Amino acid sequence: MDEVQVKVKPETVTVYIMGQAYQVPAGLTILKALEYAGFRVVRGVGCRGGFCGACATVYRLPGDYRLYADLACQTTVKDGMYLALLPATPAERRAYDLRKVKPAGDTLLALYPELARCVACNTCTKACPQKLEVMDAAQAALRGEVARVAELTFDCLSCGLCTMRCPAEIPHYHVWQLARRLYGAYVAPRAHHLSRRVQEIQEGKCAAELARLVRLPKEELRELYKAREIEPE
Amino acid sequence: MSVYPEYMRESIRRVEATRPARMGTNFPRLSLSEQEELLGRFHPDYKPAGKRPLRVGPSHGELVPHEVADLLEAYPLLDPKGIDLSVVDFDVDVLVVGGGGAGTVAALWANEAGIPAERVLIVTKLRHGDSNSIMAQGGIQAADKPQDSPAIHYLDILGGGHFTNDPRLVRALVEDAPFIIRWHEELGVIYDKEPDGTMITIHGGGTSKKRMHSCKDYTGLEIMRVLRDEARNRGIPVLEFTPAVELLTDEFGQVAGAVVWNLETEEYKIVRAKATVLATGGWGRLHIQGFPTTNHYGATADGLVLAYRVGAKLRDLDAVQYHPTGAAYPEQIVGLLITEKVRGLGAQPVNSLGELFVHPLEPRDVESAAFIRECLPPELGGRGLGVATPTGMVGVWLDTPMVDMIHGKGAFQRALSSVYRMYIRFGIDPTVDPILVYPTLHYQNGGVVIDEWGWTGIPGLYAAGEVEGGVHGKNRLMGNSLLDYNVFGRRAGLAAAEWAREARLGPLTLRHVERFVEELRRAGIPETRRAPILLPDYRGKKTLMRVVDLL
Repeated sequence: MDEVQVKVKPETVTVYIMGQAYQVPAGLTILKALEYAGFRVVRGVGCRGGFCGACATVYRLPGDYRLYADLACQTTVKDGMYLALLPATPAERRAYDLRKVKPAGDTLLALYPELARCVACNTCTKACPQKLEVMDAAQAALRGEVARVAELTFDCLSCGLCTMRCPAEIPHYHVWQLARRLYGAYVAPRAHHLSRRVQEIQEGKCAAELARLVRLPKEELRELYKAREIEPE
Repeated sequence: MSVYPEYMRESIRRVEATRPARMGTNFPRLSLSEQEELLGRFHPDYKPAGKRPLRVGPSHGELVPHEVADLLEAYPLLDPKGIDLSVVDFDVDVLVVGGGGAGTVAALWANEAGIPAERVLIVTKLRHGDSNSIMAQGGIQAADKPQDSPAIHYLDILGGGHFTNDPRLVRALVEDAPFIIRWHEELGVIYDKEPDGTMITIHGGGTSKKRMHSCKDYTGLEIMRVLRDEARNRGIPVLEFTPAVELLTDEFGQVAGAVVWNLETEEYKIVRAKATVLATGGWGRLHIQGFPTTNHYGATADGLVLAYRVGAKLRDLDAVQYHPTGAAYPEQIVGLLITEKVRGLGAQPVNSLGELFVHPLEPRDVESAAFIRECLPPELGGRGLGVATPTGMVGVWLDTPMVDMIHGKGAFQRALSSVYRMYIRFGIDPTVDPILVYPTLHYQNGGVVIDEWGWTGIPGLYAAGEVEGGVHGKNRLMGNSLLDYNVFGRRAGLAAAEWAREARLGPLTLRHVERFVEELRRAGIPETRRAPILLPDYRGKKTLMRVVDLL
């Protein structure tokens, strides 16, 4: 691409990657700082855009007792940051058959009885890089409120940071996934216009028009395209 | 915090000044001939210097970007004569190469067609689900409303693709679309709906009817995680961090599995399979013409390389999709996707003076060309009305505060929570200030030639998702890639299962690779390049080379 080149010497910060000090330009994300320092990352990196949760990581700052948790691809480095790489979050997932499982709230507790171990300490919420109300979702799950869990956890990336920090050892993101599928399949109302259209297609009602279009020469298609009626916004 | 510097603020004040007059009006849509003129002058694809004809292989002579030609005209990673094919590590009916959307759907439908889960194998480069599929934000198209029809969807796609698409593939796409959405409903995907169950649908660029279905702006994530969860429930085996580096053939010339590479132990394994589905995604991480990209870390066109060596034809690889709205500021998120849904909900693109210069929802290539025209300096034929950033990017404003003004306070955060979150992290509130955007490398429009069942023409080899071509011709419309991977993932999975039931394999060989190497040598191609590249290398100064000149 044609870029405007700006020649500036960037400020640098010092970060400690698993104990070793590196000078990196200020303003980089944790992921880019690791790469700048020479790490070729294979684990702990995925979409690089804040959607897949693969780069969940923890860090500390100088003079601060807290252990922070965030996404390496969405967090800017700070001077004195102490970084680590987290290759994976092990968490047990219970297999189920969506067609056979009871579409009710107590299914959550039946498959994940450790939910009852939640002591409402809120550590999960503090660890969430998406800033979700994780503990509220755990409590809602305990009460079997499938719709509430689905709503609270919709933006969950399954990064596992809550699960790694949870003293009750709840595999949150697997519970959320189950709750959302129960909600989507059994609680949310079905789209009747959708089923009608599927039926029309299966009865062959759309076939003739499509077969005609497939055979139409380009010039006639262009005319039809130009004449399309645009639905108002 | 990356708040806007004062010179950018000054431009924002101009955007705010013109906003009241812009509300409720819009830039007229361009005619087909106006679109073509704009594309010819400003779209990166129309720069002849960016491409070269292929010197070897089944699509010899076809123009492709240099970055792609470099991989297609490259030597294998492993010496084909040095690989021991006598020990088969995995012996399956259906091998799926790629664990994103297309691969997962193919595995599910191969299983649905009767192949036992343990006779299916997914191999994937990163984790199961790490893919472009999971990053898609805006939506998925399907003509399921009364005022719409598959035929109208068909016309929109053909026009968007400038009538270069394969008609049979487009027909399959639009005719299967409602079925796919209903399948998702049954699997528990949470689509945005009215209280009575009616799908909330909006326009996307180039649509004539509102048929964009969404799951907030995490549509790709929601669909992918449900599909992955279903694959896990069924016990379909997945080898993670184990990309395919070569396809295998047998003495009859049919594809018979793959050589895969464990990225962590650095050893190869042999997978023998009666049918193979290639679902490796696209090429964003090749950074064609130096563009930043929206794509995930593993989008390095491996599937094109593997398929080409085994004799598959490629098409439309001269057409690169630049998404009009990649983030241009702040530096930390340059190139990341700002979904088209932002414009679908009313945000307008405006230049440094606050002027609206294009309809917000032209087809993607046209919209991108208009942004580039606005930003290029006059000496390069542009208007010079972009806004330069402190790190040397340039962009136009996307007037995001309009979304709440049109739909009511809180609408942006509800419908676009991922975009909101992305900017708030860096100190910009998109409901208060506009955001700066510039086209970003987004999608591989073309790919491996397939028929309507995903068959590549090579016995035993199927392809689905971004790796295949023809569905979108030379320009894909928003919301048709999620649809593509579902429709053709399903079809490829069903067809692969059917083939696997009858197929008989002879002894495994890599003779096709040896022949390809001979062809490269005859063409005088130096042995310096190796492919597939598996992952881009951003170490050291490469992390910054697109941004700041350190020397």
